[in-house]
Amino acid sequence: MKKATKKKWSDYLWIAELCYLFLGLFNILFAWLGMLFFCIPLFVAIFGGSKAYCNRYCGRGQLLGLLGEKLKLSRNVPPPKFLRSPWFRYGFLTFFMIMFGLMLFSTYRVFTGAPLSQTVTLLWVFKLPWQWADVSFVAPWIGQFAFGFFGVMLTSTIVGLVTMVLFRPLSWCVYCPMGTMTQGICKLRNGKKSKEYGRTGKEDSRTAEGAGQ
Amino acid sequence: MILSRKMASIGKECVACGCCTRVCPKEAIQIAWGISARVDQEKCVGCGKCAKVCPAAVIDIVERGAAQ
Repeated sequence: MKKATKKKWSDYLWIAELCYLFLGLFNILFAWLGMLFFCIPLFVAIFGGSKAYCNRYCGRGQLLGLLGEKLKLSRNVPPPKFLRSPWFRYGFLTFFMIMFGLMLFSTYRVFTGAPLSQTVTLLWVFKLPWQWADVSFVAPWIGQFAFGFFGVMLTSTIVGLVTMVLFRPLSWCVYCPMGTMTQGICKLRNGKKSKEYGRTGKEDSRTAEGAGQ
Repeated sequence: MILSRKMASIGKECVACGCCTRVCPKEAIQIAWGISARVDQEKCVGCGKCAKVCPAAVIDIVERGAAQ
């Protein structure tokens, strides 16, 4: 018998993710709202010591789940081994952070007087002209950050959609930089506690051994 | 209490995404401390729904003795 589950407000956060992408297309400054998707998971991990954001409130995860499971857009096969390996996960996190750092650097350059570049970089390579965006009413660096950050968000959405289609719906979660970072923070915070619990708990022992690593 | 013959077993490369917790009909899986999923052996019936959705493919359905 299927479990009766009552929908909660948090089950509709995929709408927020969609709104974010559409709003960014109409006004690039909405890209700044994406900082919420960046900061909230980190705050939850640092101060709450959990991945509650990933587990319940991630709009992107919900959207990928809907497209892959409900609309059956996913091939639903396990991702290849290399994609699941810690090397790839931490490597992708490093790459992502370097690209994020470069984006912050270009924002800094505009802050110090360099001209604003009205382009959104997709997949770290393709520079899309974004001339229709009017950012004349804010400081140029605010506009530059919006262009850069929207590129980061669009790129990760596209990569997530591609892996959703090719593999399982939430394959993006395996190497999502935010997920890797928050899990790392939780390991630093709770690793010892988790190991101790594993020795006395009645849970699956394979997990208990690995949880604190 | 009669336990099912099989149960889910989580590998150490779990990414704690929580997909398994959402599909478990018995609420037997939890994400412990944001680190990894954990299976409550008494609640798990070994249905395998969690293994089917796990994006990291780290969940195996095993005979009860083998997981311990």
